[in-house]
Amino acid sequence: MSKPRALYREKVTLTGNHAVALAVKLARVDLVSAYPITPQTSIVEKLSEYIEGGELKAQMVRVESEHSALAVAYGAALAGARVFTATSSHGLLYMHEWVHWFSRARVPGVMAVVTRTIGAPWNIWPDHSDFMDQRDTGWIMAFARDNQEVLDLTIQAFKVSEDERVFLPFMVGLEGFILGHTAMPVEVPAEDDVAEWLGERKQPYVVDGSFPLGVGGLTWPMETEEMFIDLHKSLRRAGLVFEEVDKEYGKLFGRSYGGPLECYRCTDAKYYFVTMGAWSGDAMDAVDFLRERGFALGLVRIRLYRPFPYDRIADIMGNARGVIVFDRSISFGASGPIYSDVVASLLKARFRGDAIGIIAGVGGVDVTSHDFSKIAERVLETIERGEPLPAIAWYHGGELAIVQH
Amino acid sequence: MSHSRNLALSIKAPISFPEIGVAGKTGSWRLEKPIVDNEKCVRCFLCEIYCPVNVVRVDREEGVSIDYEYCKGCGICANVCPHDAITMVEEG
Repeated sequence: MSKPRALYREKVTLTGNHAVALAVKLARVDLVSAYPITPQTSIVEKLSEYIEGGELKAQMVRVESEHSALAVAYGAALAGARVFTATSSHGLLYMHEWVHWFSRARVPGVMAVVTRTIGAPWNIWPDHSDFMDQRDTGWIMAFARDNQEVLDLTIQAFKVSEDERVFLPFMVGLEGFILGHTAMPVEVPAEDDVAEWLGERKQPYVVDGSFPLGVGGLTWPMETEEMFIDLHKSLRRAGLVFEEVDKEYGKLFGRSYGGPLECYRCTDAKYYFVTMGAWSGDAMDAVDFLRERGFALGLVRIRLYRPFPYDRIADIMGNARGVIVFDRSISFGASGPIYSDVVASLLKARFRGDAIGIIAGVGGVDVTSHDFSKIAERVLETIERGEPLPAIAWYHGGELAIVQH
Repeated sequence: MSHSRNLALSIKAPISFPEIGVAGKTGSWRLEKPIVDNEKCVRCFLCEIYCPVNVVRVDREEGVSIDYEYCKGCGICANVCPHDAITMVEEG
């Protein structure tokens, strides 16, 4: 049943979801736990095809809920298995308790989050509300821009997660439908090369019955806090490991992405867009358009959201005249989550420019390069006239709506 | 909790290993103490089997003995004893 390896050296056309599935196959996972939810389902369907066809020697565990999906992955990972699961939206919220168990127990593993708006009202379209809801869980969280990056990031996720300086689970984000169900050409490395690079499964401890061991039992406050300080340090270290792995992957497989951030036309920029996810491509088109109009605009794309690259943001944009942060989710009553992290980074750099947080594309609203250009023109002209900017604005129905803060 | 035995950990993991008294001297939690009358005991072993913290031992010759340093006084042994050989007595 197995396909000739040569095929995988070539470009194949893959949806984002199938790019995830293929990456997971290349990583030779031992176990996949699965519960269906739109728009994630075609990942685990493809994985079950690989397993059924003998192309992936892994155990597929079908469970009755997402809570169990992550619990099964956690249990198998504790026992020494390389594990994977995928979910979206309400499925991710339902497994939220186990999201914490996974990281706090320091268990390596990989999960794909194919983003979808949280209800009510019921909605299947993508924003970042489900992904951002996991912000404080201690997972490594990265987000892709296209299907090639989806494949590369998913492979790299196993490498970073199992690094002994890290030992934390890794969440790969991609928007449902925009990437998940849209096909594009993807270069695929040879399975043996990926397997050799990833090596044997590594984890800090194994619960396999060879000696008695308890996980997560009652612990005094001081020791608990020490563990969380250590988790925090390890997650910060994961940023360096992520960058190292990105470079190493580039040497071996031909693609590097610039580590935690991708910079587009940053060299002489005075103004910056900050974005995350697939719409970054549309925003880059808007950057080109505005450059033609004479605005020195660049774009910083967040690839690694946790750990957040504070210092890199400060280095790049600390002296900028204006920063426009686009969030595809909102912390209701406050700002977009990326905005608050970017502003915190800029504060450290004694930033004296203007910064605005734009909330857009929420509920799956389509945002095009034309929309990005329209927003940028309005904001940049306001800055250049020397007029004050609001902290936060919603972009909805083609208009910027200011919300008083 | 100890988290380093047999393992060279590069990180601090929330793991523990079984050892006597890992949670402290739990006998101090006790409000009622199980007192055994080994004259009545028929060596059925039910108290040893049912004790949730594994502090009861039954010897065929000597009868029942209880490790009071860790017995929390839950009273299950007294409840399961078919010959009323164990009595719960209020701690002084």
